[in-house]
Amino acid sequence: MPLAREESSPLFAGTAAGTLRLIFYLAMALVLMVLDHRNGWLWRLRYATAIVVEPVYRLASLPADGFHALSVAFADRHMLTEQNQRLREDLLLANAKLNRMAAVAEQNQRLKELLDTQHSLELHVQLARVIGVDLGAYRHRMMINLGARDGIKAGQPVIDAHGVVGQIIDVLPNSAMVMLVTDPDHAVPVMVQRTGLRTIAYGSRNGQQLTLPNVPMAADVHVGDKLLTSGLGGRFPQGFPVGEISNVETAASGMFLEARAEPTADLDRADEVLVLHDLAESAGPPPPAQPAGPPASEAPAPASTTAVPRGVVPESSKPSAKPAPAQTTGAPPT
Amino acid sequence: MSRQRLSFWWFVGTLFAALLLMLVPLPHVLDAFKPYWLALVLLYWALESGDQRVTLGLAFILGICADVLTGVLLGEQALRLCVLAFIALRFRSRLRFFPMWQQTLAVLALLVNDRFLLLVVRAFAGESTPPALWWASPFVSAALWPFLFLLLDDLRMRLRLQ
Repeated sequence: MPLAREESSPLFAGTAAGTLRLIFYLAMALVLMVLDHRNGWLWRLRYATAIVVEPVYRLASLPADGFHALSVAFADRHMLTEQNQRLREDLLLANAKLNRMAAVAEQNQRLKELLDTQHSLELHVQLARVIGVDLGAYRHRMMINLGARDGIKAGQPVIDAHGVVGQIIDVLPNSAMVMLVTDPDHAVPVMVQRTGLRTIAYGSRNGQQLTLPNVPMAADVHVGDKLLTSGLGGRFPQGFPVGEISNVETAASGMFLEARAEPTADLDRADEVLVLHDLAESAGPPPPAQPAGPPASEAPAPASTTAVPRGVVPESSKPSAKPAPAQTTGAPPT
Repeated sequence: MSRQRLSFWWFVGTLFAALLLMLVPLPHVLDAFKPYWLALVLLYWALESGDQRVTLGLAFILGICADVLTGVLLGEQALRLCVLAFIALRFRSRLRFFPMWQQTLAVLALLVNDRFLLLVVRAFAGESTPPALWWASPFVSAALWPFLFLLLDDLRMRLRLQ
């Protein structure tokens, strides 16, 4: 038996067939990677195989869940009562603030109605649990336990109690993947709360920070300034905390200031997050104004059929318009 | 017959456990030090049973499974595991008779090579280069290799599987 094995894997020289096989598999892997990079096949495949993939995720998150459950089960009474006390105080404080805010919010609502804007302060959120699955170090991804069946769509913002966590990038039937704000490929339009300066916060390459690479040199930005979402771009609604500036220095190019910020959301420790359902109002250009002029009914009769935009032409006018050319083309023979 | 079937399921079970271990989260501080379990288990089987069980096709399929689970570029881990399995199978007869510390060094070299491959693939996919701590993972994996090897070998002996 050992002799037979030795023949299949010789001590020094390999067989040409083995190398050919390697080249074949490498080529296949490369083709797959290129196709996937171009078309994003992986997620279609994952969606199709979700029946298998999702239970594996649940299985893999069992140790984390178990650890959590154990820490709750074996937590001593003193700690729990202390925590309870602290939560009670927080709730009291939050309620008091809310009560004070309610009057202001109502006033704000009325003023906004007067101004005729549809900017609502209400939140439509869904509570989601984080699935404790590791998708690779430095990947800046997170799985949550809501998916397409719960009405989740790619692009929805995800927040927690302290600030913006990220946004949903891919959806499976019963789970979804969240890209965190610290991902290098992620960008949030933000504004500095103190000065109203608008800029963009990108994720940073190393670790759990945000970078603001192009702040104007003359801008007034200090360490400790709070960043809020500016609502531009239409993905994140306005006014959610994003981060706090921890460091400002001149960029390597010397043209801009480069700031670093710590995200306010608990990205590492979040157990539960909120998925926002109200997408921000679209921030594109406003719809074109109605052309000023006399109303259509007052316009001269022959011009009115040509002046009315195409979508508004009544159905009845079309048949009447069609015979007319037919008559004119049919006229010469007669 | 049933013993053969049992040893087959033991083989599949260890690979599946490695896939699961890859997904199980560590405390956040240890994130960068996570060993590449799948490669370690595959290496063990490549050294132990050679191309009777571990073929390039198996490495490829295993890699595709891992890619689907972690949601990275489809084919990335397939490529890496194929290269790993190929080198391990090619030098199997020598690696098997190395003393443990030499074997560990060989595993370290294989895994560092694997990281280089990953870096190249990521660079082509347009991702940013990871921080320095990212290179710690092969060293942790290599440090765990003797223990994993002895544990799996011991279990296999006790269960009298081949």
